[in-house]
Amino acid sequence: MTEREKILGRIREALVSPAPGPAMHDTGREPGLDAVPAAGSRQWLPKVGDTFAERLELFRKNTAELKARFELVDSPQALADRLVALRDTEAWKKVGVHQGELTGPAVEVLGLPVCRTDTDYNVADLESCDVGITECDALVAQTGSVLITSRSAGGRALSVLPPHHVVLARREQLIADLPEAFSLLKRKYAPDYPSFLSFITGPSRTGDIERILVLGAHGPKKLTILCV
Amino acid sequence: MSAPVKEFKQQAARLTHDLRHRELIQTALGKYELVRDKSQRAFQDWEAARNAAAQIKWEGINHLEEHLTQFVRLLESRGTQVHWASTGQQARELILGIIRRQNARSLVKSKAMTSEEIHLNEALAAVGLEVVESDLGEFIVQLRREPPYHIVFPAMHLSRGEISDLFRRELGSAPTQNPEELTMIARRVLRQKYLAADIGLTGANFAVAETGMISITENEGNARLTAALPRTMITLLGIEKILPHFEDLALFLPMLATMGTGQPLTCYNSFYGGPRQPGESDGPEEFHVILLDNRRTELLADPEQRDALHCIRCGGCLNVCPVFRNIGGHTYGTTYSGPIGSVLTPHLRGLNQWQHLSHASSLCGACTEVCPVKINLHHHLLHNRRNAAARKPAFGQKLAFRIFAAIVTHPTLYQMAKSAGRLLQPLHPLVKGTRLDPAYAWTHTRDLPRVAPQTFKEYWRARKSVPPENDRRAATPHP
Amino acid sequence: MTVTLFVPCFVDLMFPEVGISVVQVLERLGHQVECPEQIACCGQPAYNSGYWAEARRVAVPVLERLSGAEAVVIPSGSCGAMLHVFYPELFAGTPHEDAARKLSARCFEFSDFLVTRLGVTDLGARFPAKATFHDGCHGLRELKTHDQPRRLLAQVRGLQLLEMKEKVCCGFGGTFAAKFPMISTAMGEVKCAQAAETGAEYIISNDSSCLMHIQGLLGRQGSKMRTLHLAQVLAQT
Repeated sequence: MTEREKILGRIREALVSPAPGPAMHDTGREPGLDAVPAAGSRQWLPKVGDTFAERLELFRKNTAELKARFELVDSPQALADRLVALRDTEAWKKVGVHQGELTGPAVEVLGLPVCRTDTDYNVADLESCDVGITECDALVAQTGSVLITSRSAGGRALSVLPPHHVVLARREQLIADLPEAFSLLKRKYAPDYPSFLSFITGPSRTGDIERILVLGAHGPKKLTILCV
Repeated sequence: MSAPVKEFKQQAARLTHDLRHRELIQTALGKYELVRDKSQRAFQDWEAARNAAAQIKWEGINHLEEHLTQFVRLLESRGTQVHWASTGQQARELILGIIRRQNARSLVKSKAMTSEEIHLNEALAAVGLEVVESDLGEFIVQLRREPPYHIVFPAMHLSRGEISDLFRRELGSAPTQNPEELTMIARRVLRQKYLAADIGLTGANFAVAETGMISITENEGNARLTAALPRTMITLLGIEKILPHFEDLALFLPMLATMGTGQPLTCYNSFYGGPRQPGESDGPEEFHVILLDNRRTELLADPEQRDALHCIRCGGCLNVCPVFRNIGGHTYGTTYSGPIGSVLTPHLRGLNQWQHLSHASSLCGACTEVCPVKINLHHHLLHNRRNAAARKPAFGQKLAFRIFAAIVTHPTLYQMAKSAGRLLQPLHPLVKGTRLDPAYAWTHTRDLPRVAPQTFKEYWRARKSVPPENDRRAATPHP
Repeated sequence: MTVTLFVPCFVDLMFPEVGISVVQVLERLGHQVECPEQIACCGQPAYNSGYWAEARRVAVPVLERLSGAEAVVIPSGSCGAMLHVFYPELFAGTPHEDAARKLSARCFEFSDFLVTRLGVTDLGARFPAKATFHDGCHGLRELKTHDQPRRLLAQVRGLQLLEMKEKVCCGFGGTFAAKFPMISTAMGEVKCAQAAETGAEYIISNDSSCLMHIQGLLGRQGSKMRTLHLAQVLAQT
């Protein structure tokens, strides 16, 4: 018998005796499980408004609290201008990027040496970049998060290895909440999911030293989200 | 007294007298509680969320075979190598096997409590492998050669000064009181390790059955790097981490963050379903997932306490536990400390040897009150106590309780015991506070009240012959 | 109505004034009080230590003696929880299971009885002092008695109630206090410090076992704070 068979066998045997229904000890509820309890989670999670304006405001508020930089720009030209301005204030010398509708023109306008992560690349090359520029799958208003996958953001390392992560997004990508984000992932990718998916909620941080917040523990110290 | 009990009592005695430790922990946890409460209030209905989370976990655990099978099938369909380990020993051997086959010389780890549970680091060091803990808190305690103090905040017990000294000694860095500078020192050191490591080893917070993915929650980004750069990735997780559906994470990730650190959401919540796929530009060539039993199936077989397997390892119960706050995480001497540790350890490591953790509690119930998945924690401590007494009764205690039962159910015996108490009481000051004092456990630190000149029952008996209106006895404040 | 008073062993032996205060309050409200002599303990010490058979030896006479009671009032959260919450579990699967459940439904902690069952909050009490309230954990979490004591105290003339910053266990925990005295003491010290921070002269609670532990520490510290049971405050006129 393989270990798998042994373990599954033990599980089967163990579950012969039924356990009391969930959390009976203080609700006195009748046992009766909802089909998919999390489908209702929207009603319990923090509230999100129904309009774009409300969601935008919430996303703005959350990213500010997270110490991520968020800017909504009016046009592709404005986006290009912002990027150039950032290049100068942040003194970028080399850029990591992947191919995309928004990232393509961005790289052009920056005019800097580039490390592309669309196919096999040299990690040392990426390590020497000052910034990683990616697109995303969604911006989540409820939490101020950026949703990415290895397919939408140029692999696993581009958005986490360089000390600054810049996200280029379209305003249609702003969604309400986490439940919607999971629906989106299913619609977009199932059954052939990328091997890596992630919610990025602010720049990297730690509270391990006396619970004092420090940014840039291992991942990027700066997160900038530009939305056109 | 067996060794773990003795160790526990010695450590507890030391820590409970350490006022500096008491102050440090109270302050840290006070800060945590403020943010935790704020995040909880942001939920439209935290209690309903808890009920749903309890239900989801119940579903996952009580249909574990079905969910695990689906989880594994999907992982394997993407080229993941899934291994099953009945014991910690087997898990270690599996990992060592992977290391040998690759001639790996260095391994970078992100936080994995299961790896602590199976004492992996020692086993790896023994074969000459360089093992680096990348989580800052774990990195710190690794340098100190001590186990993590708390499952979420491994270095909670250390001040910045102590960390500065540690880095100076072990890394040769310049001393600094600035937490940012200290973090940057660690960042620089660890960066090189990620880039060079042959193998990345992670734990997992959840195992999503519906999509065949492991979910990792972190703030620092070290797990993301561990899962991105090395050629081989190994994830070690307990079989109980199962969540049935992908969207369950929409509920669990915010709840884990709220209880774990007080954040609305942790910085990085990442899901991994396989090694680098065709068309992907990076990621490990090999992805191994090791499913660990290590006596979890024994707990599963106990329907009364099965819900202890619902635990999402948020650390919320540790944070509220007044016992934990006063004795600290190391005193428990176990991988999992605090209330959940006290519930689990007898099942994972033996009831007789570890029952004392279930006794070292006032059963205040604060743990049960905060648990996001509504595990009946403090009642399980009672269940462990009952099981331990049934399996191997302590003769002295059993006898004492039988005598006590006889006394309190027979008024004559009760009367006699009371009279004896009254007689001996004036003699008590002679031995009070000394080793001869039968009440030493109490009088060592506390005054003992006297048996009242007239007990309530005596008053009641007397009163029956005195009409209530004439009873002018005022209920005077306690002297 | 006829109220059956269950007097915990430590109240009987060491804090009879608590029992007397309960009687005074209930009689002032026009109820008749009876107190069965033969039962002295709810059985919690043995239950908490895991010796459930021994606990049942103590609890069965309690079940039998209280079976006819209209309402059982217990001036202690911990004993109250034992009767109301834990008796059904202790007797599950035994011939007494049904009786335990029936009794449980008729058991009330003192403040809960007054406020929830009788609908009374104003007892005409007067106690001009600064005080804080310590919630015994069994009462607070097993019986959910949080508001009831506070609503009663709000009606006490002259009383200024100052809340502590946390609702945390005092560290008594029954046999825990003797088995792990250093932890119990540390927890108690934290409690005393938080009480002192409020500036209160008195610590009031609905559980004398907690008060015994807290007063024991206060005495050793030479503190001027005194402990009082809720019933004693409500009996003051």
